[in-house]
Amino acid sequence: MTTTARREDTKPARKLPWILEMYRSDVAKKWIMAVSGVILLGYIAAHMLGNMKLYFGAEEINHYGESLRDLGGDLVPRTHLLWIMRIGLTAAFAVHIHAAYSLTRKNLQARGRVRYDEPRQYLAANYASRTMRWSGVIVLLFVVFHLADLTWGWFSDDWVRGDVYANVYNSMDAWPIALIYIAANVALAMHIFHGAWSMFQTLGINNPRYNNARKNFARGIAGLILIGNLSFPLAVQGGLVDLDGHTPGQYNLEYGE
Amino acid sequence: MSKMLNLKLKIWRQNGPHAQGSFLEVDAHDIPEDASFLEMLDVVNERLIADDVEPVTFGHDCREGICGTCGVMINGQAHGPEKGTATCQLHMRKFNDGDEIVIEPWQATSFPILKDLMVDRRAFDRIVEAGGYISAPTGTAPDANEIPIPKEVADTSMDAAACIGCGACVAACPNSAAQLFTSAKLHHLNTLPQGQPERWKRTEAMVETMEDFFGSCTNHGECHEACPKEISLDFIAFMNKDYVKSKIKNRSLASKR
Ligand code: HEM
Ligand code: FES
Repeated sequence: MTTTARREDTKPARKLPWILEMYRSDVAKKWIMAVSGVILLGYIAAHMLGNMKLYFGAEEINHYGESLRDLGGDLVPRTHLLWIMRIGLTAAFAVHIHAAYSLTRKNLQARGRVRYDEPRQYLAANYASRTMRWSGVIVLLFVVFHLADLTWGWFSDDWVRGDVYANVYNSMDAWPIALIYIAANVALAMHIFHGAWSMFQTLGINNPRYNNARKNFARGIAGLILIGNLSFPLAVQGGLVDLDGHTPGQYNLEYGE
Repeated sequence: MSKMLNLKLKIWRQNGPHAQGSFLEVDAHDIPEDASFLEMLDVVNERLIADDVEPVTFGHDCREGICGTCGVMINGQAHGPEKGTATCQLHMRKFNDGDEIVIEPWQATSFPILKDLMVDRRAFDRIVEAGGYISAPTGTAPDANEIPIPKEVADTSMDAAACIGCGACVAACPNSAAQLFTSAKLHHLNTLPQGQPERWKRTEAMVETMEDFFGSCTNHGECHEACPKEISLDFIAFMNKDYVKSKIKNRSLASKR
């Protein structure tokens, strides 16, 4: 007789704190992935909406960037609230990726060697759902690139801390960079399309009555984020956003950390 | 006389779990279109026996779609092209004269091949053993209908109980996850009053046993498409919710602190 391969995990001798104990389970990993996904999704939506200030001119968006550092007003020291949000986001990102990585490894192992001769006929899975791992990796690489480009200013001598408007223009005015932004945001939208549908299922807050609405919700949110985010490189390339009348350093805000 | 079909079959043959497998190509001529898929295999086997070739091993029992013993991949689809239909209930009239049909066993690391098209599904038994029961007091049989159960609850429990445990969900899943099976078994008992005493223990035990053998759900929905009983994806969401709730709440600790 055969023996069915049971995963004999090395259970730790001592009981782990409950949250780590829970994280050992795939279902809970997926749940944590969904929670971190919602946090990231909230951030992406806010980020996109905030960037819309680009269309109100340099004054507006540079001021917006400055206000982020002043979050909390006089209640907290300058930039502290921003740093708390940054750390929270990074943590959510890290957990999301760790769970994705370890579940992916497990799934490949559970699948085993592909033996089917006839290619699998997909009936429900779509391109977005089957490429979550790839769209996710593209998003990760893009986030690093995007920080280096606009937050740290590694790629341009013209980069000035605080002059958000000119920095965006100088970056996306080069078509290869605009292309990177466009491609990465298509991947992000696909990731969000499946993720926004999937998270209800994973969190167990779906409701048979609203299941059809969930697909439309996913379409809507992925579509809005796609349109919003693609508009920036397209507007710069199309000449809608330009540097006419803009002098670097003209916005003498308290630029700084 | 019913119409006759001439088919080209490619059937997976493998002597045991570790043996090297290969396809047997058969010209199956004069197959009555009223035959079920398994009857077609019977005809082929009779002819193989007449030619002194060992017949193809495949699982079957009730042949009326209720036992869950049958099940093969037919042209890359678990249980073949007809929705909500087990292999034994699939009829040859769904195919056309001259079709090539590729017939393969379920594939998953935890479903090793016993022989040809038959796989070992004892991993499912382990999951059911872990919690698929209720405790009932012995003694006089209670009166019928003594426990009131709302009609909707009885219905949804029955819908879950329709799962025949054939394993098509695992075979259809790109991750070889057994979420649809496990959630159906859980929902069956977890919704009924009789299932409440062990509800949280059952959920944790069955989910964790499932995770010892199978991959993790990525919400493609392929399992539901393949399921001969059209078990709902909602049960998976309910399972996720119960599992995480059980892990987080830990009500049973309340008296011990
Ligand atoms: C390195 C970057 C990322 C990787 C590798 C990654 C990977 C994944 C994977 C594999 C899934 C599972 C999908 C499934 O099978 O159901 C997933 C789900 C999800 N991701 Fe990401 N992701 C990344 C970044 C992001 C970002 C930036 C967001 C925010 C917009 C996000 C939002 C989500 C959401 C909402 C889900 C749904 C969770 C669920 O399945 O219930 N991900 N991600
Ligand atoms: S043989 Fe019993 S379900 Fe098909």
